[in-house]
Amino acid sequence: MSTRTSSSIIRFEGAAKVFPGRGRSAEVRAVDGVTLDIRDGEIFGVIGQSGAGKSTLVRLINALERTTAGDVVVDGVSLGSLNEARLRPVRAGIGMVFQQFNLLASRTVSGNVAYPLEVAGWPRAKRDARVAELLEFVGLADKAGVHPAALSGGQKQRVGIARALATNPRILLADEATSALDPETTRDVLDLLQRVNRELGVTVVVITHEMDVVRSICHRVAVMDRGRVVEVGEAYQVFSAPAHDVTRRFVATALRDRPSPEVLERLRARHTGHIVTVGVDEVAGSSAVLTRTLREHGVDGTVVFGGITEVAERPYGSLTVELVGEVAAVEASVAALRVVTWVDDHGRAAA
Amino acid sequence: MSGDWELLTPLLWAAAGETAFMVLITLLVGGFLGLALGLGLYLTRPGNLLGNRFVFAVLNLAVNVVRPVPFIIFLVALGPLTRAVIGSTIGIEAFTFAMCFMATFVFARLVEQNLVSIDPGVVEAARAMGASPFRIVRTVLVPEALAPLILGYTFLFVGVLDMSAIGGYLGAGGLGDFAIVQGYRQYDWAVTAVVVVIIVLIVQAVQWLGNLLARRALRR
Repeated sequence: MSTRTSSSIIRFEGAAKVFPGRGRSAEVRAVDGVTLDIRDGEIFGVIGQSGAGKSTLVRLINALERTTAGDVVVDGVSLGSLNEARLRPVRAGIGMVFQQFNLLASRTVSGNVAYPLEVAGWPRAKRDARVAELLEFVGLADKAGVHPAALSGGQKQRVGIARALATNPRILLADEATSALDPETTRDVLDLLQRVNRELGVTVVVITHEMDVVRSICHRVAVMDRGRVVEVGEAYQVFSAPAHDVTRRFVATALRDRPSPEVLERLRARHTGHIVTVGVDEVAGSSAVLTRTLREHGVDGTVVFGGITEVAERPYGSLTVELVGEVAAVEASVAALRVVTWVDDHGRAAA
Repeated sequence: MSGDWELLTPLLWAAAGETAFMVLITLLVGGFLGLALGLGLYLTRPGNLLGNRFVFAVLNLAVNVVRPVPFIIFLVALGPLTRAVIGSTIGIEAFTFAMCFMATFVFARLVEQNLVSIDPGVVEAARAMGASPFRIVRTVLVPEALAPLILGYTFLFVGVLDMSAIGGYLGAGGLGDFAIVQGYRQYDWAVTAVVVVIIVLIVQAVQWLGNLLARRALRR
């Protein structure tokens, strides 16, 4: 894995951003008293529905938005104390990629990647060498002289990432970086962000409304709702034991492994046995535990619904199983399963 | 009916020279100041880079007040200022001064409208890379809006040529004056027609050039 440490690189200290109301519209508390540590070298996800305040939260890190209360400390520097001119070098040290790429249409690919280097005052020769190196890293060396209009969405985002990395930042902010891309291209861009984290040791902050993004690359995650962080922790923990309703809804969208009431009704119509949903996670190992437990109790199990995937490179999911056997044996097997994992007992058809 | 072209031709050349002087000075000065004022309007609009409700309101009001005034009335209204700056209210310099003034306000609005069409995300990206507002103007706003700015400038040229036609009113001469004095007042429609054809040809040529440059700026 990467060079993850526990030292904080970004710290929100009761940070708030209130947009004043205009005319008859009320003020908007986009970020409402967030206290949070993002650690050096990790990929940190911020997930929330649109309007939850995550885009504003990430913009507090490079001070594109200023806090109206509290503070944000980046690499030991308190942003609240800096004026606009002092903030510019801080911003230059933080890379950012955007949902809509935000490339300059008037410049070629290499011109776009060179832009932050010009801002930072690099001499031309050094700039050219760096641009070539970056385009090589993102796999677009052959597109150097092309204008962005001639690129696909995935290629544009790779230019965006090359541009964001140009000045060797220690932090990369990705604001819905994959939301405008198709699933396959999303995979490529997520892989690239993971490489940036592993090979360059860059701390990556990923803003997303897709749990799938968190599931595939984030080490830790914060869940936002109406300007507040309602849950934060290791991605795997948050996934396997969501504590907040909003988190539960997100988890459900990432893996549709739990039967809805309608699905359950159809399952009952098809299967007369005892139906249970059994969690599959690292502790429960795999479905092998399930199989062994049922065999020990002389119960037949048939998987009728469910799914298993990976979260933070660990197994995660659930299986819904029809159990057939003596009532006592079925009860005993369910009790045995409860010892190693969670079980949702849907019981037996009333008939 | 037909005038003596041996006499008229030198006069026509002189008139063309006067028009060229008025139009080129106005395009230069009005183009530069209009670009600056237009950028000022765009940047100070609340929510933009240098958002400032008060400055924006003042600039916006100034443009809205000046622009709709018919030019021939504007010439008279500007008289005191023209006298203060140029020292006289008549003559080609006085007239050109008024043209520069009006062109600045006309072009400012054109510039502002073209800048508004730039994706604010691109400006945000430049800010995120640590670019200063002045650098953003120079390296993002102007280059990104270059094609529409060229077309706007071409449009300004036609408007300025139009304004210059009433130069005779302040004794500034020019092609418009020539067409009125040598054509209309002499009942010599041929002279007027010649001037019209010349003006149409100039406008066509400039529009063609503007389109060409804009297209080249858009070739991405």
